[in-house]
Amino acid sequence: MADLKERDGSGSGFGSGSGSGVGRGFVLPHGRSRLVDGLRTYRLIAWMWIRSTMAYRASFAMTLLGNFAGTALDFVTILLMFSRVDELGGYSLGQVAFLYGLSSAAFGLTDLTLGSMDRLGKRVRDGTLDTLLVRPAPVLAQVAADRFALRRLGRLTQGLLVLGYALTVVDIAWTPVKVLLMPVMLVSGAAIFGSVFVAGGAFQFVAQDASQVQNSFTYGGTTLLQYPPTVFAKELVRGVTFVLPLAFVNWLPALYVLGLPYPLDLPAWTAFLSPLVAVACCALAGLAWRAGLRSYRSTGS
Amino acid sequence: MDTHTDTGSSAGAAADEDALIRLDGVEKVFDVRKKTGFLRSERREVRAVDSISFTVARGEMVGYIGPNGAGKSTTIKMLTGILTPSGGHLRVAGIDPSRERTRLARRIGVVFGQRTTLWWDLPLIDSYKLMHRMYRIPDARYAENLDRCVELLELGALLDVPVRQLSLGQRMRGDIAAALLHDPEVLYLDEPTIGLDVVSKVRVREFLRDLNAERGTTVLLTTHDLSDIEQLCRRVMVIDHGRLMYDGPLTGLHEIGESERTLVVDLERELPPIRLESARVVKVEGPRQWLAFPAAQSAAPLVARIAAEYPLVDLSVREPDIEAVISRMYAEKATS
Repeated sequence: MADLKERDGSGSGFGSGSGSGVGRGFVLPHGRSRLVDGLRTYRLIAWMWIRSTMAYRASFAMTLLGNFAGTALDFVTILLMFSRVDELGGYSLGQVAFLYGLSSAAFGLTDLTLGSMDRLGKRVRDGTLDTLLVRPAPVLAQVAADRFALRRLGRLTQGLLVLGYALTVVDIAWTPVKVLLMPVMLVSGAAIFGSVFVAGGAFQFVAQDASQVQNSFTYGGTTLLQYPPTVFAKELVRGVTFVLPLAFVNWLPALYVLGLPYPLDLPAWTAFLSPLVAVACCALAGLAWRAGLRSYRSTGS
Repeated sequence: MDTHTDTGSSAGAAADEDALIRLDGVEKVFDVRKKTGFLRSERREVRAVDSISFTVARGEMVGYIGPNGAGKSTTIKMLTGILTPSGGHLRVAGIDPSRERTRLARRIGVVFGQRTTLWWDLPLIDSYKLMHRMYRIPDARYAENLDRCVELLELGALLDVPVRQLSLGQRMRGDIAAALLHDPEVLYLDEPTIGLDVVSKVRVREFLRDLNAERGTTVLLTTHDLSDIEQLCRRVMVIDHGRLMYDGPLTGLHEIGESERTLVVDLERELPPIRLESARVVKVEGPRQWLAFPAAQSAAPLVARIAAEYPLVDLSVREPDIEAVISRMYAEKATS
C-alpha cells in the first residue's frame, strides 16, 4: 500500500510520457489501490493453478484425500493421549480440541492462501522470479498465488471439523461478545500466521534455502498452539506472547471464550487484542517484504 | 535532478524525443562474497556493467551481443526494472525502470529464451487470456493482436494444445506472441532462437522483421547467433567485461574484428589446395577444402570462380562465431 504512494506520487511522468508513445498504448488505470490490484492478480493466478491441477484430476483427488488423511491422523495422536489421561495441563479433551481446531483452521486458511511462499527461494535461485518482475502486477500477489493448490483445503477442513466437535462437547457460557470473537479470532489468527509466511518469504531473498526456518515457525507454531499453554514452560509462553505473538492466534481469545485462566496472569482485555496484533504483524511483514525485494533488485541472483 | 541531466546532454530536445532507451554512464556493481573458511568470507566488488552509455531510437532494431558473463543480461535486467543500477542515469520511454517497474511493464515486452512464461499444463490460449486480463488489454485490441500473432506465427492449430506438448520452436513462437498482446513499444528478446531448428528460426526472424517494419516496435535482442543479427539488425552493440566495445553496423564489426567466414567446398576428387587471391585455404581433407575469406566480403563471386575453375560438388558457408570476433577485437584494442 505504501508502494501506491510512490507510484502515483511520481505522476508527473504520466503527462510527459504520453507524447508519442501512449497513442499506441491504452489508458492506464488510475487510483486503483495496490491492495485491490494485488487481490485481483492473486485471483487470476490462483484460478490458473486450479485449472492446471484439474488437468490431472485423479492425482488431485488423491492428494486432497492424502492431505486430509494426514492431518486427520494428527488429531488421532491427541485422542490416543486422552485414552490414557483425563486431563492435559488441566484441560479436558473438548477444551484441547477447541484450541486445536482454532489453531488448525486459522493455519489451514493461511496455508491455503500463502502455502507456496516457501518456494520463493527456489524462484530466486533459478531466476524465474524475473519473469514475475516484468509483469504489471504486485510481486507479492504473484508469489503468494504461485502453485495455489486446493488440496490444502484438507487441513482447513480438518481444523473446522475438530472445532465443530469441540463446540458440541464443551460447555461454553455463550455471550454475544464471545460469538463475535470466534470469526475475528480465525481471521486474525490466519493474518498472524500469514505475516510469518510473508516475512519468511522476505528472508528467502537473502538466504535462499531458508524455507525450513520458516516452516519451523509456521508448522511448528501451529503444533504448539494446539496444546494448552499450561503444558509449556513460562519462558516459551512469554516468547510466543511478546516476541512472536502467536499466542494471539488462539490461546488468549480462546481462553476468554472457554472462561479459563490466562497464562502469565495477563489481564482479560488482552483477549481482544488479536486484530490489532494481526494488523501490526502484517505491517511489519510488509516492510520486511519490501526490504527483501529491494535487496534482490540491488544484488540480483 | 533527473530532468536536468536529461536536457543537459548535448543531444538536444528533438533527439531526446526519439530516444526510447537512454543510458548515461550506467553501472552495476555486485558485492560478491567468497567463503574463505568457516563463517569467514571475503567481499569483492564485481563490476558487471561498467559505465555504459547508449541510446536506442524508436523503431530501431538492435543486436546486443557479447560472451557469457559480459553483462548482457544485467543490462537487460536494468532496462526492464528487475535490477536497480548502482550508478548512472537510465530511462526507457521516459520512465525510470527500477522506480516505476510496474508502470513500465505495460509498455515493454520481454521474452526470456530459456524460460517460458506460458502455463505448462494449460492450452496455449489460456496463457493469452491471462495476459489479456493481467495487462487489462481492451477486448477489441486483444482480439486484433491475437489474430495477427496467430496468423503470422502460425499458432492457429496450437491454441488448444497444452503448452507441455509443444516443441521448443512452437513454444518460442507462443512466448513471443504472449509478449506482444499488450502492444509493447519495446520488445526485449533474450536468445530468441537458441535451440530452434532452422525452419523455426526463419519463421521467428521473419516475424520480428515484420513487427519492426510494420508496427515500428523497437527491438533489442541478445544472441549468440551472429546470423540472427545479420538478418535482423542494422546496428549491433558488443559488450565485454561490462563495457561497450562496439556500437555500429555489423559490417563495421567484421572490419574491426577482421573476422573471416569459411567456405567449405566439396570437390569431385582430391586436388591440390585451391589458389585464389581473395581467399586462402586453411585446411584440406581429401576432396573437402576449407577456405577463409573476409566476412565483410560477399561469397557469391568467390563461389562463381570456384565453380568455373574446379569440379565442384557441394559447398556451404560458415559464419564466424561471435566469441572469435570479439576476442580478435579485444586483442586489437590492447595492442593499439
